[in-house]
Amino acid sequence: MGRKLDPTRKEKRGPGRKARKQRGAEVELARFLPPAGRFGGPGCAGLAEPGWADRRFPSRSRAAKRRLGAGSGPAGRRPLGAGGGGGRELTGQTARGQSGFSDSNSKWLAPAKAKKTQSKGNHVELSSDGEVEESSWEMEEEEDGSSEEMVDDYGASSSEEEELLPIEKAALKQKSDREGLSEDDSEEEEEEEEEAEEATKQKMGQKEEAGPDLQLNLDIDEQFKLPTKSLCASSVAIGDSLTVSPPAEPPDLHVIHQRIQGNMEVLQDFAMKREEGRTRQEYLALLRRDMAAYYSYSDFLLSKLMDIFPLPELINFLEANEVPRPVTIRTNTLKTRRRDLAQALINRGVNLDPLGKWSKTGLVIYDSSVPIGATPEYLAGHYMLQGASSLLPVMALAPQENERILDMCCAPGGKTSYIAQLMKNTGMILANDSNAERLRSVVGNLHRLGVTNAVVSNCDGRQFPKVLGGFDRVLLDAPCSGTGVISKDPAVKTNKDEKDILRCAHLQKELILSAIDSVNAASETGGYIVYCTCSVMVEENEWVVDYALKKRNVRLVATGLDFGKEGFTRFKDRRFHPSLKSARRFYPHTHNMDGFFIAKLKKFSNAIPQAQKDEEPAAEAAAPSTVPDTVTEPSPKKKKLERSKADKEQKLPQPALKKKRSLQAQRRPLKA
Amino acid sequence: MRPLTEAETRAVFEKLGKYIGENIQLLVDRPDGTYCFRLHRDRVYYLSEKLLKLAASVPRDSLVAPGTCFGKFTKSQKFRLSVTALDFLAPYAKYKVWVKPGSEQSFLYGNHVLKSGLGRITESTAQYQGVVVYSMADVPLGFGVAAKSTQECRKVDPLAIVVFHQADVGEYVRNEDTLT
Repeated sequence: MGRKLDPTRKEKRGPGRKARKQRGAEVELARFLPPAGRFGGPGCAGLAEPGWADRRFPSRSRAAKRRLGAGSGPAGRRPLGAGGGGGRELTGQTARGQSGFSDSNSKWLAPAKAKKTQSKGNHVELSSDGEVEESSWEMEEEEDGSSEEMVDDYGASSSEEEELLPIEKAALKQKSDREGLSEDDSEEEEEEEEEAEEATKQKMGQKEEAGPDLQLNLDIDEQFKLPTKSLCASSVAIGDSLTVSPPAEPPDLHVIHQRIQGNMEVLQDFAMKREEGRTRQEYLALLRRDMAAYYSYSDFLLSKLMDIFPLPELINFLEANEVPRPVTIRTNTLKTRRRDLAQALINRGVNLDPLGKWSKTGLVIYDSSVPIGATPEYLAGHYMLQGASSLLPVMALAPQENERILDMCCAPGGKTSYIAQLMKNTGMILANDSNAERLRSVVGNLHRLGVTNAVVSNCDGRQFPKVLGGFDRVLLDAPCSGTGVISKDPAVKTNKDEKDILRCAHLQKELILSAIDSVNAASETGGYIVYCTCSVMVEENEWVVDYALKKRNVRLVATGLDFGKEGFTRFKDRRFHPSLKSARRFYPHTHNMDGFFIAKLKKFSNAIPQAQKDEEPAAEAAAPSTVPDTVTEPSPKKKKLERSKADKEQKLPQPALKKKRSLQAQRRPLKA
Repeated sequence: MRPLTEAETRAVFEKLGKYIGENIQLLVDRPDGTYCFRLHRDRVYYLSEKLLKLAASVPRDSLVAPGTCFGKFTKSQKFRLSVTALDFLAPYAKYKVWVKPGSEQSFLYGNHVLKSGLGRITESTAQYQGVVVYSMADVPLGFGVAAKSTQECRKVDPLAIVVFHQADVGEYVRNEDTLT
C-alpha cells in the first residue's frame, strides 16, 4: 500500500458524505454566527439564515465540515476518524462560542454538538466583502487539502484511505464515479427493456451484461450453440424463446447480434460446424427470429427476403436499409448544363460530385450548407431532386424526339420531366396518374422545369387504351409494396403482408396489360414498354412480366443498362421465361441506390391473343402479316416461343411440331 | 377546354403586352409550329397545335393541365398572370430589373424589391410598367410592376419600394397547391 502517512498530519473523517452535508448547516452556522445581533442589521439580509454560507461557499463548507468533524485537536491539523467525527458534534456554538442559534429557530432546532476550534475561528471575520473571506478560506482549504488530496467527499472511501497515495486516491475516485454511472445506466436499460417488447425496439446502445452473456460470447467464439430445446421449441412469445438466461431477463440486442453472426457462421459451413442432432431448419428458424427482432421486420417480410437473398447478402441488404441513400439531383438540360449547375451550386456551398459514368445529368450531393430543395437554381428549374434509381427506367425507355409517349403513373413527375428533356420538348407526353392530390406536384414540377410538351391527366391507368392509345412508348412505374425503398419508409418493414403483395401484383398485372395495349406495335421508332417498380419482391416483378409475356404479343429486350443484377428466371417453384434474364434488378447494398426492377418489352404485334388454355398453342391470334416485320429483328433467342412459333406452326414439319409441343410440356410441368 | 372568346383574348393579350409589348406575335407564331391559347376551368393554357390534338382526346373531367398554364381568370373576369408564364415572358421582356444577390431571397419570399436591393434597371422604365425581375446571373426570378420610373429610382432613399412583387419562382414551393 505504500508509505504510511504521519498520523498526526491526517484528519480523521466523519461518518459519510451525505451525513456530513446534512450537518453542514449547523457547522457553518456555528462558525459564522456572531454574538447575537451582528447579522440582524438591514445590510445583512440573508446572512442570518442558517446554511446560507453552505450555499454560497460550498467549498468552504466542505473544508469546514472536515475541520469541525475533527473536533478539537492541535492547531491546523485534525485527525479524522469514523468514530471521532461522529462523536464530536457541533454544540451549536456560534463563532463567538454562544450556544444555540441566534435566530428565532432556537426553540425547535437543536444543533448538533461540536467543539469549536478557536484557533480556526479567528479567520471567520465575515464582512460584506466576501472576497477577502474567500481567499482566506481557500488558503485554509489548501492547507487541509494538501494533506487529504481532495478525497474528502468521495463517499465510501474513508478510513481505509489513510494509507493511500494521492494517485491511488484519485484512481479510486475515478473508479467509484464510473461505477456509480454504470450502475445507473444498466438500471435504466433494464427498465426500458422490461417495458418495451423487442419487436419494436430499434438498435440502441449496446451494453454487455456480465455473467452468463460473457459466457455466451465465449461459447460463440468456440462453437455456436443453439439455445436449449425447450426454449427453442416454443415459438409463441419471442421473449421466451430468445432468453438464454433465466426468463426474467429481457433479451439484449447485443446478444442477438452476436447470435446472428454465430448462426450465420454455422450455416455457411454447416457440415463442419453443426451441432449434433440439430437440423438446419432449427438454425434457420432461430436466425429468422433473431433478425426479425434485431432489424424490426415482420416475420412474413423477412421470410420473403430470405427466399430472395442468400444469407450473407441478406445481412447486407438489411443493414443497407437502415441507412438512407445519398441525395441525388438531375440537371435539367432544357435550361442549363451539368457543368454550369455544378459550378453554381458549389458557389452556394454544396459539396457534390457527378453521379457516375452511366449518367450525364446526375449529381450526387454529399453535404450542403443551403437546403437543396430551395436554392434559387432549384426554383428556376435548373435541377430536380430525384433518386439515382429513377433515372434508369427513362434511360431504358430511350425516348426519341417527336414521339408520343405515355407515362402511366407519373407522380411526382421526375421521370416525366426527364423524358421531356431527352426529347428536347418535342413530340408529346401524356402524363397520367390516378391520384389527383399527387398530380399537383406533377403540374408544379413540369412548369418549374419548363416542360411544354406534356398534357397532364387524371385517369385510372387501367382505362388506357380506351381513353387514348397508339403511343410510341409507354413507361409504367407501377405502384408497388415499396420493399426496395425501406430506407425511406421504415413502416414497410411491418405493415406489408401476403394480401398487400398479392393485391399489388394483381393491380400491376392489369396495368401492364393496359400499357401494352396502348402501344402501337407498328410505330417506326417505337413499340416499347418499360415496366419498373421500386420493389424487390418476385411476385411484383418477374411474375408480372412473365404474365404479360404469356398474355400479349410482346417479348423482352435488353434494357440498355450495363450494370445491375439480372432478373430471376426461376424462383422457388415458379419458372419464368428465360428471357427474363434481360430484366435488371438493383439493390441498395450493391449499387447504393433504391431497390429497383426494370424490364423493357417490345411489342411485335397489335393483335391481342384470345384467352386460351395454356397447353394448346395459339391457333388464331397474331395476324401473320405484322409478324414478319418484327420477326426479322435481331436477337432471335428472345422470341417468345409460343406466340411467334404458333404463327408458323402450319409451316413446321411434323416432327418439329411434336418436339416443340413436348418441350412446352416439359417447360410447364406444374400447370394442369 | 375551349378557345378563348374575344373579350378574354383581349384581356390576356393586354396583360401580356404590359410585359413583352408587341412581341406577342412571337409567342403565337413560333418556328416549331403554331401555338394557341385555350381555356380550361378558368385557366388559360398555352400549347402547340399538335398537343391540342392529344389534349382534346382526353376526357374533360380527367384533364388536369394541357400545356403550360399562363394564368387564370378571376371570378370577376380579370386576368391574373401567374409565375408559370415566366419562361415565356423572360426572353421577350422589354423592361428588366436585376436584383442584388443579398435581396434575391427576400424577393423569392414574396417581398417587394427595395432600392437597396436594386442592381440594374432598364433605362426609361415608366412608372407602373410591367417588369421582369432577374438575378445578377440573369436567371429570371419573377415579375412585377415598377413602382418608380428609372429617373426616380436614382433619387429615392434606400428603403423605398422600387418594384412591386407580383409573382416569383418561390411560389413553386410556397404555393404548390394553387398552381393547379
